[in-house]
Amino acid sequence: LSAPLAGCQGRANPHNGQSNPKVRNDDFHFLRLITPQKTFLSPIFPYHLAKRLIPNYFALRSRAAVLLPRQALIVNKRSAQMARQATRLVASLSSKLRSPSPRITPPSSSSSHSLSQSRSFAAAPPPPPAVFVDKNTRIICQGITGKNGTFHTEQAIEYGTKMVGGVTPKKGGTEHLGLPVFNSVAEAKAETKANASVIYVPPPFAAAAIMEAMEAELDLVVCITEGIPQHDMVRVKAALQRQSKTRLIGPNCPGIIKPGECKIGIMPGYIHKPGRIGIVSRSGTLTYEAVFQTTAVGLGQSTCVGIGGDPFNGTNFVDCMEKFLADPQTEGIVLIGEIGGTAEEEAAALIKASKTEKPIVAFIAGLTAPPGRRMGHAGAIVSGGKGTAQDKIKTLKEAGVTVVESPAKIGTAMFNVFKERGLVN
Amino acid sequence: MRGLLNKVVSRSLSVAGKWQQQQLRRLNVHEYQGAELMGKHGINVPKGVAVSSIEEVRKAIQEVFPNQSEIVVKSQILAGGRGLGTFKSGLQGGVHIVKSEKVEEIAGKMLGQVLVTKQTGPQGKVVSKVYLCEKLSLTNEMYFAIMLDRQTAGPLIIACKKGGTSIEDLAEKFPDLIIKVPIDVFEGITDEDAAKVVDGLAPKSADKKDCIEQVKKLYKLFCDSDCTLLEINPIAETADNKLVAADAKLNFDDNAAFRQKELFALRDPTQEDPREVAAAKADLNYIGLDGEIGCMVNGAGLAMATMDIIKLHGGTPANFLDVGGNASEGQVVEAFKILTSDDKVKAILVNIFGGIMKCDVIASGIVNAAKQVSLKVPVVVRLEGTNVDQGKRILKESGMALITAEDLDDAAEKAVKALSS
Repeated sequence: LSAPLAGCQGRANPHNGQSNPKVRNDDFHFLRLITPQKTFLSPIFPYHLAKRLIPNYFALRSRAAVLLPRQALIVNKRSAQMARQATRLVASLSSKLRSPSPRITPPSSSSSHSLSQSRSFAAAPPPPPAVFVDKNTRIICQGITGKNGTFHTEQAIEYGTKMVGGVTPKKGGTEHLGLPVFNSVAEAKAETKANASVIYVPPPFAAAAIMEAMEAELDLVVCITEGIPQHDMVRVKAALQRQSKTRLIGPNCPGIIKPGECKIGIMPGYIHKPGRIGIVSRSGTLTYEAVFQTTAVGLGQSTCVGIGGDPFNGTNFVDCMEKFLADPQTEGIVLIGEIGGTAEEEAAALIKASKTEKPIVAFIAGLTAPPGRRMGHAGAIVSGGKGTAQDKIKTLKEAGVTVVESPAKIGTAMFNVFKERGLVN
Repeated sequence: MRGLLNKVVSRSLSVAGKWQQQQLRRLNVHEYQGAELMGKHGINVPKGVAVSSIEEVRKAIQEVFPNQSEIVVKSQILAGGRGLGTFKSGLQGGVHIVKSEKVEEIAGKMLGQVLVTKQTGPQGKVVSKVYLCEKLSLTNEMYFAIMLDRQTAGPLIIACKKGGTSIEDLAEKFPDLIIKVPIDVFEGITDEDAAKVVDGLAPKSADKKDCIEQVKKLYKLFCDSDCTLLEINPIAETADNKLVAADAKLNFDDNAAFRQKELFALRDPTQEDPREVAAAKADLNYIGLDGEIGCMVNGAGLAMATMDIIKLHGGTPANFLDVGGNASEGQVVEAFKILTSDDKVKAILVNIFGGIMKCDVIASGIVNAAKQVSLKVPVVVRLEGTNVDQGKRILKESGMALITAEDLDDAAEKAVKALSS
């Protein structure tokens, strides 16, 4: 199969200057060479055979699937528009390919040829992500065949996330959304070399799913599920603290996204823009507000982490803060907290001790929440006078954080701080 | 006023809540239900029976307390401060120790009446059941609680050798008297842990071994029933050297409802806000407040932020309502009905940022709701996110008189303005 490989050009980008994370030209060329358009998506295509010949087959398929207009994947006008653009691109590329004398150019060492990379030489492993995920993260979906798992995996694939497989017990060996399904996380990891997992499993089984991922020693587990019993999560947390290989984000969280590179979770991709602000939040939809605003003022986001609304979770503000402070792409940080617990106070202590110069803007939801009532999130409750929004706001202000009163002013506040510090023109 | 309310509430709440971040969950059970549950787990509780009518009172006295000269009569409401409360009918105090001849009379004055305490609010709560229990001679009152602690990320047992109503002052003045024992969640409670707890309780006459067993049984109850808080104040020694849970407060994890069906069947809807009962039936996350702007939002954080921003613009939120990510059109219709059925609501604000929640589903729900319920108040709608264009189109084509808003600020401003229209 070396001839078709050699026949592909290096990673040329026709849209010079415009980074399109979804189109990996060389990968796509290769697939088009071995099969006519569309048949490699058909369920009867011998994918097991293909898998043996081409290690990255499923990754390529899922990416190629994006470029062909499929009604099922079109959820809004935007993605339909992108699908049309992609088809036009495909058409133009295919016409170039059908030229009489294929140019045989050896792949240059500078072009990152993912296929040859994985097959012919052991390339140096990519550096670990700055904030938990990046374009190299390989993700499996636990609960992929369920309603939520299916919908969000489709969305993730469309966004360009490296979804490489799924886990649903008893459905191993089948295929779903062009990805292989396995019976267990360990199996999936062995076959797909995944290093992360996203969990869309109902509450009665979600804690067990997290434990399974931990036992398989994945680097990252993102649990979206809301409603896991606290007694279960306490056990998961105790187990997490006894090991250091796996990090859990969530549960009851919207997920994590590195705009332009990797989207794990339920957030709408299109509101994000690769940029300079790190966002960490306990809420889901309130985060989208912050994202919307920071995109609107032109700053964009480096990574957005939703740590979730449960009292016992895997990752807290301080964990994300540490990463953001060390990440050169993150020039400013937005922290979105709410009533209940002491996570915000701990973050304030970290910020103060770090003496960082990066601008930090915070908004704490629930100033008007009545005490003693659980406001939706299991962890959002003021009890016995502790965990009030007022205390958190005070502590954060004392640490030098700009705390905004109105949730509509997060973006402008960040922009203003940037302006004051001469970080924007 | 809020400050005063906060102070009152925080003083009345248990010590456990004051310096630990514990969860007050939605499922609270009555004292008699808690006692029954504890009894089933082998924990010593005072003998008692719950009654809901005078005939039952008579029967109970004959069958359960034939030889008692005095009986404790306790109103059953889901709020604290009963001892110092007042009935709307005039009777002072929700807890009385009376001679057995007088039990019928006093129970009659409690049953069906409304009891107002510091924790019920001025409207009080109706007493549908009264708990008759034996009067114990308590020689020593101690404090005991188990909770899930965020700091140690596991169960935590708290013991104090001095219990009773002044426990909060004690916690402030003598923090060393409060013994905290974290339990390893995988190993469970060991004999050593239980011994440490009993040392903290420092019982004077009860057998130490028996006490250790009681502590272990309490821990088992805490785990088996998915409790988030188990507080016994006072846990006391009786004249016959037994450790008895004289009064207990149990809170349960809502998230565990699917595996605690029996427990959650104990829920008493007469003690809850009827709006919240209706919302729970429709599987909506709703908390009733008493402002003028009804809110419908997707996401708890955004819902809280919406309440905050309404306040900032000079309005008052009437409720917290999170329709969640997977809400169906039917649920949206129900939510709308609940909001519009509230007399205090003078305007409604719908703030949706769709991630999983699709804007067209919300829009269809609003349109259908408006058809079923006569809309008397102005409705401000702000949509953003998944399928926003379809959502906006559905609203426009419905011909409904809706006020659309572009962002959070705009939405709150328009909602407050709509109050005066």
